[in-house]
Amino acid sequence: MAGLFHYPFMVHALEAGTIVAVVAGVAGWFMVLRRQTFAGHTLALIAFPGAAAAALAGLPLELGYFGSCGLGALALAGVRPGNRSLESAATGSLQALALALGYLFVDRYHGLLSGLDSLLFGTFLGVTSGQVVVLLGVAGVALALLSAAWRPLLFASIDPAAARARGVPVRLLGLGFLLVLGLAVAATSEITGALLVFALLVMPAATAQRLTTRPALGIALSAAIALAVTWGGLVLAYSTVYPVGFCVTSLAFGLYVTVRLARRPC
Amino acid sequence: MQEFMRNALVAGTFVGLAAGLAGWFVVLRAQVFAGDALGHVAFTGALGAAAAGIDARAGIFAATILAGAALGGLGERARADDVVIGSLFAWTLGLGVLFLSIFARSGGANGAEAVRVLFGTILGLSAAEVRAAVALGLLACALVLAIARPLLLASLDPSVAAARGVRVRLLDVLFLAAVGLVAAEATQAVGALLLLGLLAAPAGAAHRLTARPYLGLALSGGIAVGSVWLGLALVACVPALPPSTAIVAVAVSAYLAAAAPALLAVARRPPRRPYAASAARARANASTASETSAGE
Repeated sequence: MAGLFHYPFMVHALEAGTIVAVVAGVAGWFMVLRRQTFAGHTLALIAFPGAAAAALAGLPLELGYFGSCGLGALALAGVRPGNRSLESAATGSLQALALALGYLFVDRYHGLLSGLDSLLFGTFLGVTSGQVVVLLGVAGVALALLSAAWRPLLFASIDPAAARARGVPVRLLGLGFLLVLGLAVAATSEITGALLVFALLVMPAATAQRLTTRPALGIALSAAIALAVTWGGLVLAYSTVYPVGFCVTSLAFGLYVTVRLARRPC
Repeated sequence: MQEFMRNALVAGTFVGLAAGLAGWFVVLRAQVFAGDALGHVAFTGALGAAAAGIDARAGIFAATILAGAALGGLGERARADDVVIGSLFAWTLGLGVLFLSIFARSGGANGAEAVRVLFGTILGLSAAEVRAAVALGLLACALVLAIARPLLLASLDPSVAAARGVRVRLLDVLFLAAVGLVAAEATQAVGALLLLGLLAAPAGAAHRLTARPYLGLALSGGIAVGSVWLGLALVACVPALPPSTAIVAVAVSAYLAAAAPALLAVARRPPRRPYAASAARARANASTASETSAGE
């Protein structure tokens, strides 16, 4: 256990994990509040064809992750809220198309199996110092945007009709939030893989919202839980034979279930 | 026509039909996310079975049907909210990763099994597998059609349905179990990840095109089957295309074509409420529906 910090790959994983956990915890809190879990999941999966296309075209993977998540956010913002049936069908169709394209790109790209594995399940222990710098920049932008707009965003999320009447640009905020969520998801999925983003995006936020209804406290709590789960998962994976993805998701899920059983919704 | 293509066509027809019919209700009830979650459960079920040395197919069916029933039984009105579903299936995927690593360590082919489950093997079905797919597809269709009428009422207006004596909770559980069955079926055809292509896209197109329930159901099934056929025809012409990509691309194109008029006009018109009329009609017919379900 003492040797944990001797390996550069562990240090990078902890650094990247810390950044990603904070961004995912904060953005996830708003996502859960706005009940956009399905949209968030779809954004996370859209990162996969983006990265696969970038790999196929020989472009940097970051470009693929962030470009596709940005496009995905724009497309999702075009799905008009109001009718939940049609909304969920549109989101689902978008997700299916994204995954189908991703499979096509990975299939065309030689090295199908290992490439697919790391795109879907992440390369937590293969993070480089360059990636950490990029992540730090992206996280800074996402957090700055969220903290600049958090009051109107909160208002628009809780009561869109009243917010609109008070002159808050609800649709613009919705689009902006999806773009920030796309940033957060792209950053996270680069580390945890497209399939495991959810562990950090949903579960800490859902746990925090069970514990407190106070927004600022809830956001801080959500980030803290995401952080604890990430560190705990990394240490657990380091000291046992289990994969990182399993450790992180299990810790987060265990915490969520415990809180859910112990406390009535507040 | 080659043997494997004929097998794919036969199995794909029934998988598509089942997915189209169940998908119409999934979209009506805004439960696409639950369907998505069942796809991930199928992945974990298959890998769990592989890790334990059991037939992957058995793992898929057991996992999705159980998970469907559990999701149905979870929330009040059995519409487990999206946070619960999201948390559950994030963990399910984590479990899948664990099973994958156990399977890899015990000497199984590492990524190959995962890719098969995630993206389907419609061109590699044996004759026995085709027979199973046809039988289970028919079973799923029959199940959905048998509960279609009370389910329609329960979906549009649960409180009226309950007041009329429809067993809403039971229907919710039964329906999601049927969706689990469909999910397991579709996993074989297009894979766990692309399941939504057959579940959400044809149904979404049907809902865009008509608000009449039975016409919509038929249309949804028809578009899904058509997507499978056209997708396979594409693969026959362009062998480099993966079959699941082709099928899903056709289905999503159908959805986009159906949604295009609404998408183009969206800036000018307030959102419409396509089910207002059919909800009113269902309320008027509620007595008939309750008689039907009481007779069952």
